[in-house]
Amino acid sequence: MIHRTLSRLAFAVAALAATPALAEVTLLNVSYDPTRELYQDYNKAFAAHWEAKTKEKVTIRQSHGGAGKQARAVIDGLEADVVTLALAYDIDAIAEKAKLLPADWQKRLPHNSAPYTSTIIFLVRKGNPRGIRDWDDLVRAGVSVITPNPKTSGGARWNYLAAWGYALRKYGSEAKARDFIAALYRNVAVLDSGARGSTTTFVERGIGDVLISWENEAYLALKELGPGKFEIVTPSLSILAEPPVTVVDRNVDKKGTRKVAEAYLQYWYTPQAQEIAARNYYRPIDPKVAAKFEKQFAKVSLFGIDEVFGGWQKAQKAHFADGGTFDQLYQPGKK
Amino acid sequence: MASIASSAPLVRATARRRPVAWVPIVLVGVALAYLSLFLFVPLFAVFFEALRKGWGVYLAAIREPDAWSAVKLTLLAAAIAVPLNLVFGVAAAWAIAKFDFGGKSLLITLIDLPFSVSPVISGLIYVLMFGLQGWFGPWLAEHELKVVFAVPGIVLATVFVTFPFVARELIPLMQAQGREEEEAAVLLGANAWQLLWRVTLPNVKWGLLYGVILCNARAMGEFGAVSVVSGHVRGYTNTLPLHIEILYNEYNFAAAFACASLLALLALVTLVLKTAVESRQAREQRP
Repeated sequence: MIHRTLSRLAFAVAALAATPALAEVTLLNVSYDPTRELYQDYNKAFAAHWEAKTKEKVTIRQSHGGAGKQARAVIDGLEADVVTLALAYDIDAIAEKAKLLPADWQKRLPHNSAPYTSTIIFLVRKGNPRGIRDWDDLVRAGVSVITPNPKTSGGARWNYLAAWGYALRKYGSEAKARDFIAALYRNVAVLDSGARGSTTTFVERGIGDVLISWENEAYLALKELGPGKFEIVTPSLSILAEPPVTVVDRNVDKKGTRKVAEAYLQYWYTPQAQEIAARNYYRPIDPKVAAKFEKQFAKVSLFGIDEVFGGWQKAQKAHFADGGTFDQLYQPGKK
Repeated sequence: MASIASSAPLVRATARRRPVAWVPIVLVGVALAYLSLFLFVPLFAVFFEALRKGWGVYLAAIREPDAWSAVKLTLLAAAIAVPLNLVFGVAAAWAIAKFDFGGKSLLITLIDLPFSVSPVISGLIYVLMFGLQGWFGPWLAEHELKVVFAVPGIVLATVFVTFPFVARELIPLMQAQGREEEEAAVLLGANAWQLLWRVTLPNVKWGLLYGVILCNARAMGEFGAVSVVSGHVRGYTNTLPLHIEILYNEYNFAAAFACASLLALLALVTLVLKTAVESRQAREQRP
């Protein structure tokens, strides 16, 4: 009797352990926080495209989190076939620390390997009670700002650099930009580890007067959580955010998935995929698709990371490395 | 109050004889208020939110393949962690309570370690050991073995955090029962195996079951350690608690609370079992 129960139990455990083989190929896409909805749509489209073209079924698994944390997980052995992160430096880190892909990975696909772009804008509460119009309003005394932690979140680093670039252009000197950033982060109420966490803090928990956010994330929050409750404010100047994508060479070669992984990323550069990006509020790079969705995005003048900061490597070292500008300027508790 | 008391000395006399037991009333009131504030209301909220959009949405959220795979992974981790810790717990408790050997207090301290260490650290330990950059990482990669960011890592982390439950439940019980029965059995010629099966285990069976139930509850509910080693691949390395967090972060509140209610139900079943075991135990201990 006991034996029979035991063997039944063992059988049940074995049945639980065996994952049903649904597909011939499985890809793992390790991505950053706000792309969940984007890749849900994109994966569906790509799977259909790939099956029509090759008669091969492909399942794409997703993992999402703060970009820095996700890069760390890939370095530690999370076997991503492709990484689609918030900024180039996080993929550089994978190349540097784990040697899973070549250092010049960003040259492999068009447009710096960024098939969609975005920018940084503000989300405020209905009616804009604090009268927030531009970056200067964020450093006013008593304004409570929500932005994630630049140490773990890619979006947070874009936020920081957008503010820095604005201050640098407006006030003309590095020292003034430092003061501006210090004042801005003194107003930060909660520093979440990822962009989605910050959105939840602002939207669900009702903390803060203004959320510095990815444009796509702000539009999504507006759509998902009722347009009546929040408003989008576009600053006069912001940064051109390019979230790059690439294949993780060592992993795809080990798993034998290189062909489908490369096709997966190349598919981004087709008009169909560009429309998926636009529908999810990412700015498409294809000019035709961009023209079609022109009305969806506010006009904002953008600067690139290369022209103001000399690229991600330099920006990372100067601002976000241990002891960098962010560490010097962000000192919670000191008012 | 004062006027009534002064105009009716008789009432005051009765009151003095049987003073109103304010202390227990206040204590019970405080306990109940505390419980409802921190336990009943949130628990109610979970089920309320889960069902707010109706049964259709609720069932759809639970039937969703990613949710289903999270349920399976949670049960699998518990199904491996609980028996392992059952065997280990019995062995450790038996050794500690019934035998004398050097380093006993060190062993007890080690058993308590998972209680005192933060679950995040328990997770990180495994990443540092089995991650690609970790001590055994290159060797594992060479042999195509995956530990962290895969099912084995989840199981390992679960085993680690639930490690003390059975042993910690059994040690005081076995110590309180003393060694007389075992000594008598040995004098009558019992071997070690008979000693364990016929004497020690029957004496502690309810305590053992209680430990197993607690161990199982923690195994299914563990978040921190599992979160570190999971990699959050949906449909593959997400346990139920991790899946709930993901759904919540996707503004999918109805589904998040539906899965949360499922987990809460599992916990409630565990509690009912625990209560049943406790009352059986109490009944058996009465002569």
